[in-house]
Amino acid sequence: MSEKVLMKGNEAIAEAAIMAGSRHYFGYPITPQTEIAAYMAKRMPKIGGTFLQAESEIAAINMVYGVSSAGKRVMTSSSSPGISLKGEGISYLAGTDLPAVIVNAQRGGPGLGGIQPSQSDYFQATRGGGHGDYHILVLAPSSVQEMAELTIKAFDLADQYLMPAMVLADGTTGQMMEPVSFDFQIKEPPAKPWATTGTKCARPHNIANSLYLDPEKLERINNERFKRYEVIKANEALAEEYLTEDADIVVAGFGIAARIAKNAVQEARAQGIKAGLIRPITLWPFPEKPFAEAAKHAKRFISVELSMGQMIEDVKLATECKVPVSLCYRVGGMIPSPQQVYEAIVNAAKEVK
Amino acid sequence: MTTKYLFAGFGGQGLLFSGKVLAYKGLIEDKNVSWLPSYGPEMRGGTASCGVTISDEPIGAPIVLEPDVLVAMNLPSLDKYEGKVTPGGYIFVDSSLIERKVQRDDVKVYYVPATKLASDNGSTTLANMVLVGKLLQVLGSYNEETVEKALGKCISARHADLLDLNRKMMEIGRDY
Repeated sequence: MSEKVLMKGNEAIAEAAIMAGSRHYFGYPITPQTEIAAYMAKRMPKIGGTFLQAESEIAAINMVYGVSSAGKRVMTSSSSPGISLKGEGISYLAGTDLPAVIVNAQRGGPGLGGIQPSQSDYFQATRGGGHGDYHILVLAPSSVQEMAELTIKAFDLADQYLMPAMVLADGTTGQMMEPVSFDFQIKEPPAKPWATTGTKCARPHNIANSLYLDPEKLERINNERFKRYEVIKANEALAEEYLTEDADIVVAGFGIAARIAKNAVQEARAQGIKAGLIRPITLWPFPEKPFAEAAKHAKRFISVELSMGQMIEDVKLATECKVPVSLCYRVGGMIPSPQQVYEAIVNAAKEVK
Repeated sequence: MTTKYLFAGFGGQGLLFSGKVLAYKGLIEDKNVSWLPSYGPEMRGGTASCGVTISDEPIGAPIVLEPDVLVAMNLPSLDKYEGKVTPGGYIFVDSSLIERKVQRDDVKVYYVPATKLASDNGSTTLANMVLVGKLLQVLGSYNEETVEKALGKCISARHADLLDLNRKMMEIGRDY
């Protein structure tokens, strides 16, 4: 299947999940990600898998919990309001140290919001989303090819670190079609000796649980989990850098915002402005290094977002506020134009002259 | 070189499909392509649109705000997008459905009675492909081999009869 095919981003996620060995999908329809469920409904019965349209998002995430406890790869998907409903279940997965892949094709909010693209669930995703001290891995694709690649990576990382991983897409990346190649080397999932697969009276019970009534034990488990998070932060942060080495103005953007920002950076370079782009590919862990490096020479940062300014906080943290950071944004399902980002770059360049 | 296309009209006129054929043709010709539909509630009767970008370079923003080529299949779409077409660009108008003329004089305009041509030739629903045929001929990229392959990618084998009809409609557009 190495030939490139035209596919919607949502469909590429679904196909990639199947390639990664996920034979279980539970979901509930919501625009703009329903193609994932539709694809799974078509394919899963043909390959001996399970597609189940649950009675609600809450039910779906708890079915995910069940399959993951049994040691199998499993995925669910939704869009913003539906992800909020899954929040409790995601916290339980994190508290039980279970791997799972959750896709969020974000739409405008808050509340029911709209159905057009958005990135306003950044805080929810990168801070965990549910109650309690925890993180989930967050991967942000910006092309249909990456929708596939990062879905497979999400399964691998979730299994490696025993935690939920989210593919944080949006209405644009979900709905658009681009050529995609599925020429992937799939790694064998690691052994899961903790899975609740029946003891056959040959071993002690495995228990999938997030309830610890002994506060000392719960504190210890929280501390151990956060030690694991430190390892992830040190090893798994990913970003694409574009023309940043000599940049005076560094634009930051993930997903679709980065695609738009790249056009603006190219235009700025053509006009003689030294602009560059950092595109975080992992949002948690946030790729702090390239930002810290760029802060040594850059004079301004601009965070381009489809939100009222969420990632901008991580940009400020990563640069330790050494350089002013401004925001260039649209919300509610609106998308910044390359021209808007270009003008923000021009304005920033005027300020530093 | 990058060319941005916008297909706009009513939901149900096959705008998304025509965009897909064009995008697949680009892919087969080894170009970078992206295709982005409007997916709002407007698809149930109001204006629907689909932007396609075909480029020799990696594609940045896939959103088509200022098309180089506009295919307008109803009046609201022409009203909405006429002013957005880049100077020197192209507008293809289904003149069976849109009575008014294009106001701008800095774009090349082609009036094709696509809906009438389609229905006169046995299809009430494939005016979109008549326009795609005309568009490719005008832009000098009507290549029978890649058109055939692209149609093959977009139409499943069990609807082979539809493939013939789509090809025929494209040829009618090409020869108009």
